[in-house]
Amino acid sequence: MVQWTAEEKQLIAGIWGRVSVEECGAEALARLLIVYPWTQRFFDNFGNLSSPTAIVGNPRVRAHGKKVLTSFGEAIKNLDNLKGTYSKLSELHCEKLHVDPENFRLLGDILVIVLATHFTKDFTPACQATWQKLVGVVAHALARNYH
Amino acid sequence: MVLSPADKANIKAAFSKIGGQADEYGADALERMFVTYPQTKTYFPHFDLGKGSAQVKGHGKKVAAALVEAANHVDDIAGALSKLSDLHAQKLRVDPVNFKLLGQCFLVVVATRNPSLLTPEVHASLDKFLCAVGTVLTAKYR
Repeated sequence: MVQWTAEEKQLIAGIWGRVSVEECGAEALARLLIVYPWTQRFFDNFGNLSSPTAIVGNPRVRAHGKKVLTSFGEAIKNLDNLKGTYSKLSELHCEKLHVDPENFRLLGDILVIVLATHFTKDFTPACQATWQKLVGVVAHALARNYH
Repeated sequence: MVLSPADKANIKAAFSKIGGQADEYGADALERMFVTYPQTKTYFPHFDLGKGSAQVKGHGKKVAAALVEAANHVDDIAGALSKLSDLHAQKLRVDPVNFKLLGQCFLVVVATRNPSLLTPEVHASLDKFLCAVGTVLTAKYR
């Protein structure tokens, strides 16, 4: 099981408490679709994804980004039981959504960059390290029930 | 992966804005890489990797200079970094996976120091650029 030091939990809570889930979620998903355009393959029915401007303004992208990051918030509330927390979501992403787990890693890296732009100098190296660890374990938990 | 004319313009503009601070960006990126991905320290057993290390600062300057050179010759990154490519293939032999890690850290540095610079479009172009640099540096590995 992943261990979290008190300092890591502080660095996570300290940032998360200041995050707008709606804004950061929307931005992270939009950037995923812009920076790694092949990820658009999962969102054929989202309407206009024809340009970065279209993607950023797309209401379905914004709504889905908020949904994804809200779920991330659940992980943060359950750092000591990520496996259990994400068990059903893992099955869903495998059996119904057919998402390659590599996409979770890509989104995780993007989320770190979005947080970095928002928190600038407060996003210290220690902070970055903790959050890269967090997105890594979330990605791992989401991939865990793949078969 | 192809750098479009728009990508090249974004890359040149970004590095122009970073300007003389490139050295600091390089050092910051390395420091973040060593903290975030400790396995990368295995390539620097001969370095003092403590906070504020002069060796890390010096190496960050070298890394930044190479990125600036590549940006200034974005139409021919392979040509611009040919000697560095040889060096990595013959001497340094850094595992290719590590270039992505440094690239991520460089983007985080840009994000923390110049967030308004890192629009989604510029983010995409810089990510592609850093991938291209990594590809060039590992191109002669085998």
